[in-house]
Amino acid sequence: MTTAVMIRPRGRTALKGLAFAAPAILLLLAIYIVPMLVLAGFSVTDYQLGALNWEFVGLKNFTDAFADPVFLRALANTALYAVIVIPSGVFLALGVALLVHGRKRSRAFWETAYFLPVTATLVAMATVWQFLLHPSLGPVNAAITWLGFEPVSFLGNPALLIPTMALIGVWQVLGFNMVLFLAGLTAIPQDLHEAARMDGAKHPMDRFLTVTWPMLGPTTMFVVVTTSISAFKVFETVAVLTKGRSGSETLLYSLYLEGFEYSNTGYAAALTLIFLGIVLVLSIGQTLRMERKVHY
Amino acid sequence: MARQSLDLSGIRKGFGQTQVLKDINLSVREGEFLSLVGMSGCGKSTLLRIIAGLEAPDEGELRIGGRDVTNSDPSDRNLAMVFQSYALYPHMTVRQNIATPLRMRKLGFAARLPLLGRVVASRHTLAEIDAAVAQAAGTLQITHLLDRKPAQLSGGQRQRVALARALVRQPAAFLMDEPLSNLDAKLRAHMRDELVGLHRRLGATFVYVTHDQVEAMTMSDRIALMIEGRIEQLGTPDELYHNPATLAVARFIGSPTINLLPAEAGASGAVSVKGMTTGLVAAPGPATLGIRAEDVRVSAGGLPARILREEKHGPDRFLTCELAEGETIVLRQKASDPTGADADGWLSLGFAEERAHLFGSNGLRRDFRVVEKAAA
Amino acid sequence: MRRFIPHIVLALGAGVMLLPFYWMVLTSIRAPAEIFDISLWPIPKEFTGVENYTQAATTVPMARFMLNGVIVCAGILIVQVLTAVPAAYALAKLRFPGRRLLMIAVIAALCVPMQALALPLFVGLAKAGLLNTYFAQMAPFFLSVFAIFLFHQSFRSYPDEIIEAARMDGFSEMEICWGLVLRGSLPSLAAFAVFSVVAHWNDLYWPMIVVNDTALAPPPLGMLFFSDVETGANYGALMAGAAMITAPMVVCFLLARRSFIAGITMTGVK
Repeated sequence: MTTAVMIRPRGRTALKGLAFAAPAILLLLAIYIVPMLVLAGFSVTDYQLGALNWEFVGLKNFTDAFADPVFLRALANTALYAVIVIPSGVFLALGVALLVHGRKRSRAFWETAYFLPVTATLVAMATVWQFLLHPSLGPVNAAITWLGFEPVSFLGNPALLIPTMALIGVWQVLGFNMVLFLAGLTAIPQDLHEAARMDGAKHPMDRFLTVTWPMLGPTTMFVVVTTSISAFKVFETVAVLTKGRSGSETLLYSLYLEGFEYSNTGYAAALTLIFLGIVLVLSIGQTLRMERKVHY
Repeated sequence: MARQSLDLSGIRKGFGQTQVLKDINLSVREGEFLSLVGMSGCGKSTLLRIIAGLEAPDEGELRIGGRDVTNSDPSDRNLAMVFQSYALYPHMTVRQNIATPLRMRKLGFAARLPLLGRVVASRHTLAEIDAAVAQAAGTLQITHLLDRKPAQLSGGQRQRVALARALVRQPAAFLMDEPLSNLDAKLRAHMRDELVGLHRRLGATFVYVTHDQVEAMTMSDRIALMIEGRIEQLGTPDELYHNPATLAVARFIGSPTINLLPAEAGASGAVSVKGMTTGLVAAPGPATLGIRAEDVRVSAGGLPARILREEKHGPDRFLTCELAEGETIVLRQKASDPTGADADGWLSLGFAEERAHLFGSNGLRRDFRVVEKAAA
Repeated sequence: MRRFIPHIVLALGAGVMLLPFYWMVLTSIRAPAEIFDISLWPIPKEFTGVENYTQAATTVPMARFMLNGVIVCAGILIVQVLTAVPAAYALAKLRFPGRRLLMIAVIAALCVPMQALALPLFVGLAKAGLLNTYFAQMAPFFLSVFAIFLFHQSFRSYPDEIIEAARMDGFSEMEICWGLVLRGSLPSLAAFAVFSVVAHWNDLYWPMIVVNDTALAPPPLGMLFFSDVETGANYGALMAGAAMITAPMVVCFLLARRSFIAGITMTGVK
């Protein structure tokens, strides 16, 4: 009698919990788990969408990938893009955040100005950039010529394609990172800056090195991680500006072409797993941190 | 080095419309423990921050050891400050925290850089810093904590680290902003003793901000009691307790709060309280009579009062009594003595007249003399 | 003078940040002929804004793109909230077998970008004959593990006593979840809504994969179609199109700056 009374309500909450979580669990299976397994399955076959038969090929897709000049070029392009976007996107944002943080009345204005590119639809803005950077019609080259230099063919010279797209990437990510840094700066207790002044940190650079920079450590880590992940996902600018011409494809763009334009499903699955591996390596630390919630 | 005087003259400070400090003149003597005490919002913290150089005064002058520092940077004043939150650098170990003021002063910019610094810094200076840190840590008995980070320390330990960081470089004076307010009651009492001991050992000038009059009374050489941006009274704890200059001072200092009763000095100057003529003689006019709890006596022919509450404090007891018209009065007795009340809890109250305080209607202390009271 | 240096630096930077917006709007109201004299002067010699915008709106079904964007974003957001809120509530406040496992799965799924799942999902939708539908555009986003994580964090701080009192008062678990607990987390809900709508309004990758029918294209894909059609021909119209596609999010941002920033920066957690 007693045990029945004890068990029944408990059983009921367990059922309720499962019922509440059920839609999410089903979707998790349908959108994440099953596709993941299918993806892994594809990656060891030569399956092509629409083909009637396929064969098991083992790790051939992976070995092919690392021998495929297009894929290696895409990998190198993406790395170059990341190497430009990560440091500039992080340190420029930090600089802007430090300047904006010191403003009182005009702070909202600067915040808005720098954040605006984050909200704008990148596809549309990439079109605008294309026009801005136009060798003869764009104001950027007009300014360069006015300064007495040769016009730069930003989107014509193959060597400049990735750096140009990286420039747009920095433009887009700057405001986002600035807001994260501003949040980090606001969280530093005023007391610490004052203590540093009492301790003899006279020059602002001294106070920055003693208090601001170390206290921003977790924020900086976080910003670097998010910026690198988004750098490795660059797609829109390529799709709008170059469509991969002159060897300017990036990881995600070449993946898109293989998987969805050429229907090389098996091969694309292997590329996807490589892409996923990169993203996971970049985000693993952040995820563990999220679980532990370690703070100073 | 750690014994320098601080002289403030004509200090004013306002934030927007509100005047926080109104013409502060104050001299802190060499080696003195001076408390700035008052309720929150009285301007005591602002005054301390002006001394520290973290705020600039609108007007006035500040001298440290005779040198005008009104416009100099905090780092050039050679003062140490202990913050209410301790403001320890959370990313540094205790050792690094304590060393910071010395590194800032003794090492050049390059030598302070994270990696390069190790190569550039002179070994001799580094050894000097290490020795100073070890000594400061020894003084505060935190040597065993040197390699921990602040987050791994208890409140009391953090407090010690903050103190060590302050004393490591032998400043001209120590500034403390409510340093004990984040500790629990027992630890607070303990740290109070330690601070007094530290002050005695260092012989340094201390300026100590607190809202707690007990802290100020027990620790200070002198107290500056601040009310609404002014120094209401400056004096030793005894002076403030036994000779409050104003009604506000009398009310602020002392626990339990001083008993205040409306009084009236008649044409002859004889002061009467609630219809009872006292032995006090003062200039005619309405007044307020203040009597501390320990100066209230049970005596025949006094004011009739009924016991409301009894609080036991070990050897003593506080009796809260109600007078005829609803005023309450607190008296302190030896717990071993009888209360002196009748079966219904009524007693008759008098007071030690020579120890009473009289304040005019303007709140200022009023002089009086005590005469033999004519028999009732 | 030194006081103004930060302002000057910020102003120069802001000039670069805002230049594309300025150039876009300016070109969108200038006559095609004027495009060849490159000037930043804000007043066009000839105002052809009406023509440019009309051309942009008629060459491609611009209004249709917008409507598609609204349908897709709304559909995604509604299902995301309907599935994530109960799951987050169960994770935060109910005990059931597999709860820990679900939590781990949610956090693990947070690391997996949508692009990694695109291929099998595409194959699945293709096999089911569902390509070129609104459903295909929305389906992969029906579950937001980010929403579950966010609401879980927020719900966890809701006092258990109130939930227990509500149970004693006879509220059903559904009423408690939607009526009490979610109400305590409205700021999180608002921030998530902003985050979700901005992300999907601006997304190009997935629509590009599952849609090639112009009538179903959301704004970014529409923009891509449009710029392909319009290459080099009429920059005025092209910029007018870009302005129209960018405007909704930019205007919303300017109107609700605070919650926008809160919502978008939450992506950081993702």
